[in-house]
Amino acid sequence: MKEIILAKYGEIALKGDNRSTFEDMLMRNIKRRLKAVGRFELTRRQSTIYVNPLDDDCDIDRAVECMKKIFGIGAIQRCAVFPKDFSAVTANLKEYLNDALSNAKTFKVEAKRSDKTFPMNSPMIQQQLGDAVLDAFPHLGVDVHEPEVTVRLEIRDNGAYLSALRIIGAGGMPVGSSGKALLMLSGGIDSPVAGYMMAKRGLTVDCIHYISPPYTSERAQLKVEKLCEEMTGFSGDTRFYCVPFTEIQEALRDNCPEEYFTVLMRRLMVKIANKICGRDGYGAIITGESLAQVASQTLPALYCTNAAAEFPVFRPLIGMDKIEITEISRKIGTYETSIMPYEDCCTVFSPKHPRTHPKIEDVLAAEQSYDFDSMIEEAVTKTEVKRFKYGERTVFLE
Amino acid sequence: MIYLDNAATTKPCPECRTAVARAMENSFGNASSLHGLGTDSLQIISRTKRTLLSALSGTKTPLEGEIIFTSGATESNNTALLGSAHRFLHRSNKSNKIVTTAIEHPSVAKNILRFEEDGYEITRLAPKDSADFVESLVNAVDENTVLLSAMAVNNETGFAIDIPYLYKEVKRKNPKTIVHVDAVQGFLKVPLDGDLISVSGHKVHSTKGIGALYIKKGEHILPLLSGGGQQHNLRSGTEPIELIAGFEAAIKAYKGTHEHFSELKNYLLERLSKMNDIGINSKEDCLPNIVNFSVRGVRSEIMLHSLEEGEIYVSNGSACSKGKKSEVLTAFGVSDKDADCAVRVSFCAENTAAEVDALCNKIEKTIERVRR
Repeated sequence: MKEIILAKYGEIALKGDNRSTFEDMLMRNIKRRLKAVGRFELTRRQSTIYVNPLDDDCDIDRAVECMKKIFGIGAIQRCAVFPKDFSAVTANLKEYLNDALSNAKTFKVEAKRSDKTFPMNSPMIQQQLGDAVLDAFPHLGVDVHEPEVTVRLEIRDNGAYLSALRIIGAGGMPVGSSGKALLMLSGGIDSPVAGYMMAKRGLTVDCIHYISPPYTSERAQLKVEKLCEEMTGFSGDTRFYCVPFTEIQEALRDNCPEEYFTVLMRRLMVKIANKICGRDGYGAIITGESLAQVASQTLPALYCTNAAAEFPVFRPLIGMDKIEITEISRKIGTYETSIMPYEDCCTVFSPKHPRTHPKIEDVLAAEQSYDFDSMIEEAVTKTEVKRFKYGERTVFLE
Repeated sequence: MIYLDNAATTKPCPECRTAVARAMENSFGNASSLHGLGTDSLQIISRTKRTLLSALSGTKTPLEGEIIFTSGATESNNTALLGSAHRFLHRSNKSNKIVTTAIEHPSVAKNILRFEEDGYEITRLAPKDSADFVESLVNAVDENTVLLSAMAVNNETGFAIDIPYLYKEVKRKNPKTIVHVDAVQGFLKVPLDGDLISVSGHKVHSTKGIGALYIKKGEHILPLLSGGGQQHNLRSGTEPIELIAGFEAAIKAYKGTHEHFSELKNYLLERLSKMNDIGINSKEDCLPNIVNFSVRGVRSEIMLHSLEEGEIYVSNGSACSKGKKSEVLTAFGVSDKDADCAVRVSFCAENTAAEVDALCNKIEKTIERVRR
């Protein structure tokens, strides 16, 4: 029995004239991700992408797992494909639905006929399919309001599709359809979650990270690279910019008032991100900031940091609690890596009593007291870029 | 590369590497096999045991008893403590005292904690609390003490206990007290004695994955691993003949001497004394191969990574605690602040004064850069 996977659109279905642009992108994303699983043929018809395995030994389970993480897919349905002949469906129904129905108590059937040349209409199909299911699984009861399992039969142009399993997809927009942005990835719990949320809105998310050896360790960098690699699971192939930040931090320590250290450091990080955005075509900066979480995330501190940005700064976690953020972090599988105990550069030289209400005039004055611009240029030049490919594992740190 | 982290692990010596390769090529037989190849392996095992018994005593008279090979000192310590527990667990309600130190490795300390949860009365002595630590250990033993477990040489500071004396005195006070010695850092450096002694291969230029437990003649323990009955039923599992051969070669080739280590330590202390704000955590009662000191104002991890930039490898406190704060240094009376800045340098026979020089130069540079 041949099985295929149907990917039903999420939000794309609401798009108007430019809908095909989004569809193309989603198809491309699915194709790219499924490369690691096997050979598939993708076609689209009637708001649905048909993912058709080309080999008999194809791992459908793995393909479904992979597709669950692709943004832009509203629902995933696994189906058996039959010729458009009702008796072919009923003959194989018991075998195909056994896993789904043998332990269920209630069910209902849904039928859809997009091929209007099919001799039975939807209510007729529904009635006869219901009878056939009851014949095959006499222990079942019918519940049209809250069934445990919904058995679906769709008569489409190129076949009859029988399924009992519909999985909610990742939703959102296809990655890349909204452009690309640069995520400031620290190694904590928050920033990967911020990246996830923006990837969901269709951004290609690449990462920027700042290192301060010897104040930070090689393991801290590896940890962040591992996070980056884990993020490819939902955001696809990712670029990783690693910025040498030691000299800037030392200059800040030696030349600026201690209580402004953190806010100045954040500003300089943003300024470096500006340069890279401009150079490599990123349309926005993403951060994991959440209002009032730490001293650098108070409203006045955010104002000062934001003033350094030349691109829109997306802060998808701004209104979220740590508990909510942590929950998503666990769901997307970055939590365990995030809590590894390696220190990142944000805590190096951090003052005991940072200013929670910095004034922008004071911050600017402190910043202008030293020639940071040339240091920023140098840091950008010395920034190293790595690429993490979806489905590949190159960072080992357990 | 300047490797000064020999208390964490050592580089396998050429003799060890040759012996391992040779055993893999020629003596790969299963020691339980009855044919000649198996007999070869059996002989390697038997010879290594003899070598170990001599090496353990540190004198001309070998210790008497049995050796079992383990995967390392963690297994040796677990086997020693859990394997001998059956001797005292149900002895009587009164006999419920265990004496140990506050500076043990987690593979000892965590098992003692289990005994404590089972209702045993634990005396944990810290070096900072007594002028004569060995005497205070002996004094803590009474007629109800079932077990004394003490490490011969501390891994973080090099602090050493006169183990043969301790063993003799404890047995005089209570012959029934089982004496276990974790001798991972003391092996080949100080004379040893005890009812149960744990040692490890990779601290003496052998490979990781091999260790041993000495069991005094007349002492009985239960195995941790049951199975094919190898090693007199005390440690089932096919003996790793290659690693055992390497272990023997490393013991025989061991070159570290007290004199050499003392020279290095004295030179290091001399250079450190010229720097400001250094605390020395390894005092006179410590072996010279380990020097623990605090560079105040520079957190250990930063110092470690800064030295790493110059390809100089040292450790912060104990490598086993992976960045967690060392409770052990506290037991030596080191303040929390100093413990945060503690660096452990540990020598092997191949280290030189020039390497100590390079280390100190880099420390000075780091201080200049990091201290404000």
